[in-house]
Amino acid sequence: MSNTAPAHTAVSGNRKWAIGFTSVVAFFFILNKFILPEAGSGVQKFFNAWFSLTSMAEIMIWIIMALGLNIIVGYAGLLDLGYVAFWALGGYVAGWLMSPFFSGLNINFFGNPRPGLEFGIHFHVFLVLILGGVFTAIWGVIIGGPTLRLKSDYLALVTLGFGEIIPQFMLNGADIAGYNVTNGAQGIGGLDDVNLFGYVIGTFALPEKFLMVSLMAGAMIFFSIRLRDGRLGRAWLAIREDELAASMMGVPLWRTKFASYAIGAVGGGIGGVGFAILVGGVYADRFNFVISIIILAMVVMGGMGNVWGVVVGAVTLAWINSVGLIQVGELVNNSFGTNINFPSYQFLLFGLLLVLMMLFRREGFIPEARIRMVMNEDKVDEEVSDETKIASK
Amino acid sequence: MTSVASGVARKKKVTPSAILMRASMIMIIGVAVYWLGLNLTSDPRQFAQVTVNGLNNGLLYALIALGYTLVYGIIELINFAHGDLFMLGAVFSFAVLTEALGATGPSATNYALLLVVLLLSMLFCAFINVSIERLAYRRLRNAPRLAPLITAVGMSFVLQWIGLKWIGSNPVNVNTVLPSSDFEVAGVVIAVKTLIIFAVTIPLLIVLAFIVNKTRRGRAMRATAQDKDASRLMGIDVNQTITFTFAIAGAAAGAAGLMWAQTTGTVAYNLGFQLGLVAFTAAVLGGVGNLYGAVLGGIIIGLIQSYNDGLAIGPGQRWSQTMVFTLLILLMVYRPGGLLGETAQEKV
Repeated sequence: MSNTAPAHTAVSGNRKWAIGFTSVVAFFFILNKFILPEAGSGVQKFFNAWFSLTSMAEIMIWIIMALGLNIIVGYAGLLDLGYVAFWALGGYVAGWLMSPFFSGLNINFFGNPRPGLEFGIHFHVFLVLILGGVFTAIWGVIIGGPTLRLKSDYLALVTLGFGEIIPQFMLNGADIAGYNVTNGAQGIGGLDDVNLFGYVIGTFALPEKFLMVSLMAGAMIFFSIRLRDGRLGRAWLAIREDELAASMMGVPLWRTKFASYAIGAVGGGIGGVGFAILVGGVYADRFNFVISIIILAMVVMGGMGNVWGVVVGAVTLAWINSVGLIQVGELVNNSFGTNINFPSYQFLLFGLLLVLMMLFRREGFIPEARIRMVMNEDKVDEEVSDETKIASK
Repeated sequence: MTSVASGVARKKKVTPSAILMRASMIMIIGVAVYWLGLNLTSDPRQFAQVTVNGLNNGLLYALIALGYTLVYGIIELINFAHGDLFMLGAVFSFAVLTEALGATGPSATNYALLLVVLLLSMLFCAFINVSIERLAYRRLRNAPRLAPLITAVGMSFVLQWIGLKWIGSNPVNVNTVLPSSDFEVAGVVIAVKTLIIFAVTIPLLIVLAFIVNKTRRGRAMRATAQDKDASRLMGIDVNQTITFTFAIAGAAAGAAGLMWAQTTGTVAYNLGFQLGLVAFTAAVLGGVGNLYGAVLGGIIIGLIQSYNDGLAIGPGQRWSQTMVFTLLILLMVYRPGGLLGETAQEKV
């Protein structure tokens, strides 16, 4: 790494963060696998309430999602308001290829079907992950292809449209010209257990599932960092900062944006597959606009473009969303005798968070040095005298 | 708001992809025309009935779409909060007219109250819209495009939360003031409500068009939309003009909110998101930034939705939203400038 990117000095910083991430994952795995079952009920209760393993595993999925969106929004500076579409698509790839859903077919490719449910399509989980990534990348191309030439607002709208259409298609997909494609609102359940080289992760083996999605999140972090420092990543950053200047320097604008869109979509697809495996099924009513906005808020809050910032943003918001708001609410209500329904403030919290971040700390909490400069261009402008301002326009 | 035609029309090189685009566009339009024609010939009465219903919704969409188009025209911001502003207008009118004033049936006094609350609702939404602009968008006017857009999304959530706290998470039934009677013209049932919507929205649209096209303020608006710096040099108070635009946009949303609550008879906190998107599609369809375009787009979207829901041969109601969003995407691909707008191709 130090040879390929000499200008990049954050290598040691990356290592520190990576060690931190690994130790947190290891801590929760060991805690839940070996210590908690032996521990007293008080300790068990505390950890299950504040850091339940289900929510920790979901947080890992949110990290994957946020990092995928970070490639589009943070690296390439394109606004995507329909990222949930990729989550849904990835989830349904897992639903189609790892379950007894297509009961007329009988395909088993190194799969691990549940006993008695051998019909349907059963692919090996690695293959499903790859296919999920490829499938969403194709959709990323379909969505991005015709619209990337347009103004950035228009791209935001088209993504928003797809973010609505795809979940609606899944919801209505029980009868597409007579075929049941997505099983509608019931969703596809009974996904295969993961079989890793003979080691089967059972449906209720939560610590192992947690470790699996953590590994996926770790891989996503690794690829995100490597991508940014590579040729393509540097081209993205250049486009994000100044399209005109970048194209003058020989960066092919359309192709580069296209790549960011397709690769960013892969994150959604892989995360979608991981989530489907985690829950053991895929259900259409989960996918809505709010999810897209929460992922966006994670990226914005953590610091667009900065991988570790986005990870921190994802962990914080996902935790607040799943257990934090409820637990803090209970704590406050119990200690002050109040009766406030904290989860009902979720909309306000996310709305205000987005607004206040944009007003006062546009670059996020753990910003990248470059995005701080880009996002605060107007503030720099104000300091320049009026004459030069007019001249520059 | 007014498009300036480019001086000399240059002959474009015809590429295979351009031919493909054109051919696919013609094919899509052909399928749509065939679908409508098939329905028209198989059941003309039903077709006319559905058209009337579509006009009803279309005029309301037009009122919401106007707000999007005015704001986009002047500061190039997709105001995602606008749909939720409309929702707040509906909730406000419900709270004041139905709950506080107890106007729940058709009578002369209730009609008078309806007009009063219409004004109040317009003022209320105008106030909220202006406050949002003051508090958030104004500070971000020179920031990168992403910042105000994300702020608008955030504001939309805040407004939804206000609606949620105001009427709760379940849809609320509104005892409408408007009469539920209807009459028949050549076999087509026309509700009196539809006529009242026509009677309220069309004058509002005319007043708005008058303000933008004929008044001094309107001229300032159009100038600001074209070039802020030049307008400032010409002595236009740009900040005030933008505030005024937001006020008008909010007032239109407030009126649409009340009419929606009164005609459909339900109000829900998440009403604004879907309808806002539909209305935005309408604005884009007409050509965003173009006032008449918004009205035209609103009516077309209303008709399309209604044809989709009501015609015997068609995808049916559950695909209604999907149809609208598909239309949005197709528009973005084939004609991002909309029907009456200028093209918005970016230099790539």
